[in-house]
Parts: sequence; C-alpha cells; structure tokens
Amino acid sequence: MDFDLTEDRRMLFDTLNRYLADQYPIEHRNEVAYAAPFHDPAKWSEMTELGILFPFAAEDAGGFGGEGFDVTAVFEALGRALCPEPILPAVMASWLLRAAKADQSELLAGSSHYGVAIGELDAPYALEDITTTSTASGGVYEISGRKSSIYGGNIAEVFLVAARYTDDIGLFEIKAKDAKVTGYGLIDGGGAAELFLDNTPAQLAIADAGKALQDALDIGALALCAEAVGLMDVTKDTLLDYLRTRKQFGQTIGSFQALQHRAVDMMTEIEQARSITIFAASRIGESDQSRSVSMAKNLIGRTAKLVAEETIQMHGGIAMTWKYSASHYAKRLIMLDHQLGDTDYHLERVMAGITAA
Amino acid sequence: MSGEDWWCQGYSEPGAGSDLASLKTRAVRDGDVYVINGQKTCTTLGQYANKIFCLVRTSTEGKRQQGISFILVDLDTPGIEMRPIKLIEGGFEVNEVFFTDVRVPAENLVSEENIGWTIAKFLLTHERTNIAGVGFSMEALEQVKMLARTVKRNGKPLIENPLFAARIAQVEIDLEAMKITNMRMLMTAQKQGAQGPETSFLKIKGTVIRQELNDLARRALGPAAAPFPAEELAGNLALAPADHATNAAQYFNNRKVSIFGGSNEIQRNILTKALLEL
Repeated sequence: MDFDLTEDRRMLFDTLNRYLADQYPIEHRNEVAYAAPFHDPAKWSEMTELGILFPFAAEDAGGFGGEGFDVTAVFEALGRALCPEPILPAVMASWLLRAAKADQSELLAGSSHYGVAIGELDAPYALEDITTTSTASGGVYEISGRKSSIYGGNIAEVFLVAARYTDDIGLFEIKAKDAKVTGYGLIDGGGAAELFLDNTPAQLAIADAGKALQDALDIGALALCAEAVGLMDVTKDTLLDYLRTRKQFGQTIGSFQALQHRAVDMMTEIEQARSITIFAASRIGESDQSRSVSMAKNLIGRTAKLVAEETIQMHGGIAMTWKYSASHYAKRLIMLDHQLGDTDYHLERVMAGITAA
Repeated sequence: MSGEDWWCQGYSEPGAGSDLASLKTRAVRDGDVYVINGQKTCTTLGQYANKIFCLVRTSTEGKRQQGISFILVDLDTPGIEMRPIKLIEGGFEVNEVFFTDVRVPAENLVSEENIGWTIAKFLLTHERTNIAGVGFSMEALEQVKMLARTVKRNGKPLIENPLFAARIAQVEIDLEAMKITNMRMLMTAQKQGAQGPETSFLKIKGTVIRQELNDLARRALGPAAAPFPAEELAGNLALAPADHATNAAQYFNNRKVSIFGGSNEIQRNILTKALLEL
C-alpha cells in the first residue's frame, strides 16, 4: 500500500504549509485568535484566493477534490500552524450543500461565511437529541430554538440549521441578519456563536437530512483528526527541541531516561493517531464511514490529551505561560475533544456497532 | 498574623526550576546590608505581596547547596521590579522578580549564612502535604457530581451515562484512599516529630487526582467548556450551569500543580533515593 499523498495533494499540502509558515507565524496567530473577530479577514481572503476551499468539493460541484484525503491534507497543514481561520464550517457546509444539490461557488471562493448549526445546549453532539422546531405555512418555514457552540458562527452570514421536520430532521438555510447571533471567543482561540431562533424565516434545503447531516458531522470530525495530527507533530518537535537544549543538574533534561521513554511513548501514540486518521479518510463515502470516523475521533481524543499534558509536564513551568507557543498548541489539542463528539461519545458509537453486529 | 503582610516565595529562577540548587541570584555582604542581584521567576501571587522570602547565593564554594542563604526582603526596597507572567489560560498569578543592587539589612538573614537549603527543604516538605490538596479534591468531586446531574446527554442527566459514571467512580476510589494515605503520613509525622520523604507520595498522587477531577468537569460541559471565561461572562451566554463557565480554564491552570513545589518527576527522584535505596 502507498500511504503517501498523491502528487496534487502533496503540492497543496506543501503550498499551504509554506504560506502559513510565512504568513501566519504563532505571534500573529495569537494576536488575531483571541480578539474579535477571532481570525484575520485579510488572511482569510488570501487563503481562499489560494484556493484552499476548492479541494472540499468534487469537480461537478465546482471544486477539484471532495474525498477524505483532500480534507485531511488541508487540515493537517492548518493544524501545524495552529490556524484559527474558520475552515471547519466551510468543509461541513460544502458537504451539506453538495447533498442539497445547491450552488456552492460563493462558499468555495470564500466570499461567503457559513455557520453550521447542528448542536444544542442539551444535544451538543447527537442528531437524535435535537429539539429545535420548524413550522410551515404556505411554503414559508419558520424555525424556533437555540443552536449552540457554532464554530465560526460569529462571522457567518448564512447558517445551515438542523431542525425537527415532520418525523425527521430537516436542513434549513437562515440568514444571519434574520436571527439573533451572539458571538464569542474560545479559550483555545477562534470564535463561535449562539444562534437564537424565534419563528425565524428559513428556506428548506433538505427535507430528509439525517444522512446529509451525519455525513457533514463525519467529515468535520475527520478534519479535526487531521488538524490534531498536524498540531501533535509540531508540539512534539517543540518538546524535543526543549529536551535537547534545556539544562538542569548540569545536563540536558533529554539525557534523563525517565523523560526519554515518555517521549518515545508519546511518539508511538502520535504514529497510531496518524494511522487511524488515514484509515478513516479512506472510509469516507463507504458503508462503514461513521464507525471509522468515530474510531479515529476517539483515538485522537485520547492521544491529543496525552500529548498536551505530557508536553506541558515535561517542559515544566515554561509551557504554562502564554508567551510559549506549546501552551497554545496544548489548549487546541485538548479543546478539539469538545467539538463534534468527545472521546466517550465516539467510544459509545463504536461500542454500539459491536453490540449490533 | 494580622494579614497586613502578604509574603511570596522567591525560589525558582529561569535557569533553576526543578534543579533549585543551581540558583544564581547573588547576595553580597556590604557592611550591615546584603546587596542582591539576580532574577526570580514563577513567584506565585507576587503582584499582591509586600514581602518576599528568597533563596540567594552567598557562596560559590563547596557543594552548590552549601552556598545558599535564606533572606527576607521588603518588596518596596528600591531596585526590585515585579513583572506578572500571563499564564496558559490567560490569567495572571505568577511573576518574574528582578533584583538590581537591592540593599537589604543584614538582620533580615534567617538564621545564618549558607544554611538556606536546609530551611527551604523543611518548608517544601510542608508545601507538599498542602499540594496534595485533599480538601480541594473533595470539593471538586462534589462539583463534578453536581455538574453531571445538571448536564443532559441523550435526554438524561450525564451522571446516568455509564462511561462518565465510571470515570467519576474511579476518581472517588482514588480520593478515598488518598484521604487515608494523607492521614497516615500526618500520624507518622506527629509520632516522629517531623515529616519524611513520604510526603512526596502525597504530592504525586494528590496532584494527579486533582487534575483528573478538573478533567472530568471540563469533559462534563462538552462544547460549553470552550468559551473564553471573560467572553462567557460578558455575553451572559448561560452556556453552562452557574459558576462553571471557567472549567476549561481551571483545567489548564491546574496543570501547574504537578509542576510547582518540585515537579512530580523530582518527587520520584526523592523517593528513589530516600526510600527505594536504588
């Protein structure tokens, strides 16, 4: 088996890595990620002009990709740079618009920001628990409820909203200007929003949207896995640099076997995390897609926690400071588990598959 | 004892964290004062303090530990600059302290020159029992249970989720054992009149339990743990049950407890030497 990226994807990965290393250094990232609008609009324009959203859609939808590995190539690069741009909602929206057979040229060009509003306060991860309602009168739809923790929602112009529809879940399009949107910053950088809907006018995009929504959740979770792999590679390099240069007791701390073995264990787990992400990317579009993504998100959650905590601990006090880059990587690694299903949520989904089989 | 004085601790330096004995801040006797030059770091809550007790080097002869003295310093003495350090979660509680030709009365020396290491070791042994934080953990356990009863998943309280309940139960078991371990060590200390190296057990296990509880509180909140604490308050978002908006911040902040007061790795070194005779 050949696990290397195809030449096109390798070029995309390299171009994006070079751009981010050059244009999005950690100092700049920390300046924009923690203050409204929690990203850099100028850099968003440059990145989307580079065409980084086009790999998310297939050719018939105006893109040049649309497979699992297209998404992981982009997100691994974003992770390496700890990039706070709201690319995750873009990839999820692209999957939803594809299912809705809707035009996504504005999305792919980056000229319109989408918010994907699925989770709620008491239903953060599972589609089954959604309570937001829709009513129809004379072909006009109105939506009521509260959508929570919408990543990138603070700058979205359009929301794709999951709401109860007949006996199923429907997907609706709502303009930000028609709703109450409260944006806020996140502890690991980037922005999100709460969306308050009270008989808010909406357009029906997909009537029977259960599968489309699950596909969007799966591709989003896969994107987060790839982002984590990028984050972990850089975090590991930062730690190894420190182990090689920091001296205590007259020697580099990397010469202590107690730390050497822990660093090796960490590397082993990172390689396992990379492998499960490749596995999940290869299953996108297949019948075991959801189960494979859940396996990946669970292992990524466990590994990201290990890498974040061990990196801080082996550094000591310096990695507890805002000024040191590893502290920001560690925050992102931990908070990834709070997006699109945590370690336990995905473990339960894998368990359910075992019971059913 | 009136609370008028707030003391902070000047031990760690940029080049002397776990290896505290390598500290370089110098105190040179000049008539009836000591002149101090150097830098301390990670000084907890120093921005609120008016006094600092410091470990300083008064001799470079012999073993490194033998050239260290313990001295008390008024923070309003000229030549001292305190710079707060922003921490991982965005808060401020530790500081860098810079000493430039700071003149301190010689009578502020505790005991005599070059026995500061012995005094510091005695204080650190006590700090370790405190760092075990059994009281903090008991409170944190109740908080996690309360949170898991309030937060809903799949239409039911999170505490009814077997995976999450198992996580809580495991920490509760560890904490029950920790309470007894802590009492046993206090009893031994009482009988022997001094605490031994066993307090390092308390530091290692006690901090891991505290961190595990912070981890559970963070997990329990799901996406609601993610807003920046100030943003959550300013937006009046009511994402999480009252008082729980800062649980991710608390989790990140408390990664410190396995680092400060002698990292858990240093505690293992102490135990290896003192108890295992390896």
